[in-house]
Amino acid sequence: MIFDFVEILFTAGFWAATIRIACPLIFATLGELICERAGVLNLGIEGIMSVGAMVGWMAVYQGADLYSGILIAAFVGAMFGLLHAIFSVYLGASQHVTGIGITMLASSLGFFSFKLILPYSTTPPKIEPFQPIDIPFLSDIPFLGEALFQHTPFTYLAIISVVFIFWLINSTPFGLSIKMAGENPMALEAQGIDVLLVRSMAVILGSALMAVGGAYLTMSAFDAFYFGMVNGRGWIAIALVIFATWKPERALLGALLFAGLDAYQVRAQQLAGAVIPYQFFLMMPFLLSIVAMIIAAKKTRYPKALLIPFRRGERH
Amino acid sequence: MIDFRLEQREHVSPWLVFFAPIGAVIFSLMIASILIILAGVNPIESYIKLFVGAFGSKNAIAETLARATPLILTGLAAAIAFRAKFWNIGAEGQLYAGALAVTFFGTGLIQLPSFLMIPFLFLVGALAGGLLLLPLVLLRNYYKVDEVVTTLLTNFIIVLLVGYLLEGPWKDPMSLGWPQGASVIDEGVLPQIIPRTRLHLGFIISIFTALIIWLILSRTILGFKIKAVGINPSASHHAGIPVIKTIIIVALLSGGMAGMAGVTETAGLKGYLTLDLSPGFGYAGIAVAMLAGLNPIGIIFSGIFLASIYVGADAMSRAMNVPTYLADVIVALTVLSVLISIIMLQFKIVLGGQKRDI
Repeated sequence: MIFDFVEILFTAGFWAATIRIACPLIFATLGELICERAGVLNLGIEGIMSVGAMVGWMAVYQGADLYSGILIAAFVGAMFGLLHAIFSVYLGASQHVTGIGITMLASSLGFFSFKLILPYSTTPPKIEPFQPIDIPFLSDIPFLGEALFQHTPFTYLAIISVVFIFWLINSTPFGLSIKMAGENPMALEAQGIDVLLVRSMAVILGSALMAVGGAYLTMSAFDAFYFGMVNGRGWIAIALVIFATWKPERALLGALLFAGLDAYQVRAQQLAGAVIPYQFFLMMPFLLSIVAMIIAAKKTRYPKALLIPFRRGERH
Repeated sequence: MIDFRLEQREHVSPWLVFFAPIGAVIFSLMIASILIILAGVNPIESYIKLFVGAFGSKNAIAETLARATPLILTGLAAAIAFRAKFWNIGAEGQLYAGALAVTFFGTGLIQLPSFLMIPFLFLVGALAGGLLLLPLVLLRNYYKVDEVVTTLLTNFIIVLLVGYLLEGPWKDPMSLGWPQGASVIDEGVLPQIIPRTRLHLGFIISIFTALIIWLILSRTILGFKIKAVGINPSASHHAGIPVIKTIIIVALLSGGMAGMAGVTETAGLKGYLTLDLSPGFGYAGIAVAMLAGLNPIGIIFSGIFLASIYVGADAMSRAMNVPTYLADVIVALTVLSVLISIIMLQFKIVLGGQKRDI
């Protein structure tokens, strides 16, 4: 019996599922991370993921190709990011309330337009989602091939995003200004760089990533849009940013660890049968997020200017 | 980029403070009318339908006030917490905790005469809501674990727990397979205050609660401490205000009121616990609180107003074929418009140029 529970770890299917489950979290966590590095907490994440899931799916359902679907989702996410930036960056409104407002607006607008476009659909219509592609040679490697190299292009895009964001933050002037906007905006201003613009760009880029994370759900993980399908993944991503201490590479690690536990519990649930009610398994991601935050709490060092609006001509 | 700056206003007219939320509401309704036009119907006609649906008959008014009851309570929960800058976004979970307490104690375990049973249910409901928040506020105070995320995550945990209990050990065997809890005993049911409608005693209780919170916030030392902690915790600490203790009290009050909303819905509106007891009352409470400028008396009105949007939107949706989600859009727009109005009250926008040195 115990051997069965260990054996799960040695199946390629488990590792492949881990990567699939991690993808939306990877996009969302990277998106939130950029916003917070620039000094803006983006609580719009849950709603932006939801609207991204709807828009990407709907674009494909209306005849767009899958890649355009991702771009359209990213664009809509960016628009909500712009709205967030106008409130939280330019007007300096409370980031908490702005974010909750954006989450409420993005998800309700998404649901509203879904119902408006498809008023009579009872069973959710389906699209032809991204299909797994086998990477030549690599996918033939036993075990590793199935676990790592037989995924959809959207999955590989998630991994590429981690590399891109890592490079952006650590190796580009823009990345440096993002970090300064979140740590010491006065110093950035003294360099003659527009703090508000840098922060806004970060929020817009981050929100686009969140929407793409949502689109992964409807265009790669599943093939239909359901109300409430994001189901707290945005909030989990915020916990993961803290767990990752605001570093992209650790965000990838955190998302994978998290997804691995999730993939494991699904399989363990099948083994355990009806002994433990399924609701307790579904609680695990949320409980784990809280535990992860408690573990990270001791060494947590928030970006210094997080939550503090920057106003020109004002001393802090 | 447009070159502009926000400059602090030196004087704010009280009229402006009063009319700002009204302006915000009108602004939201105007933006939402674009969506109604997109749905292919006349926005003015739709809003008339919405208004009639919310206030057009005795039944409609009763329904609106019944819907306002939990919104006022969750609005108070958000307001008192936000005043102390304690970001409790977990009212949804605390509401269900209150409902769980009612189902545990109120369906036969404890039997008291009505005049004791009803206060008892409110007490245990409030305690359940407050106690759910307690570990999270302790984590925030002593381990610096951000309460925004923990309260949000706890909402999902509690809803799943309710799902488990209603499908498992707490399932009412009389409910023909539908997941719902046992009925609250007759002594615990909140009596109707308008006969043959769904308006119940909970509405009066929510208004009394708002008055009590207003008294606490404006007339007591605790209210002063809450305000001080919200404005500047470190200055409050240096002034000798026990910051951590104040935030714990705020959390217990905030969670307690959200728990009371669970009591009004379980023991008042439905009579038993269901999985769809709250269609997001906890989150909508944030909009209620913001629209009222975190003022407890204002919350009575903003709660009734947002309830009328929800109730009226159902009627409008049936008549005009506009998706009911329009109500959620209007509520969301209200939150954002209120933020604009707050900024407008605090600052004036100065176009162009750097601040001149005088």
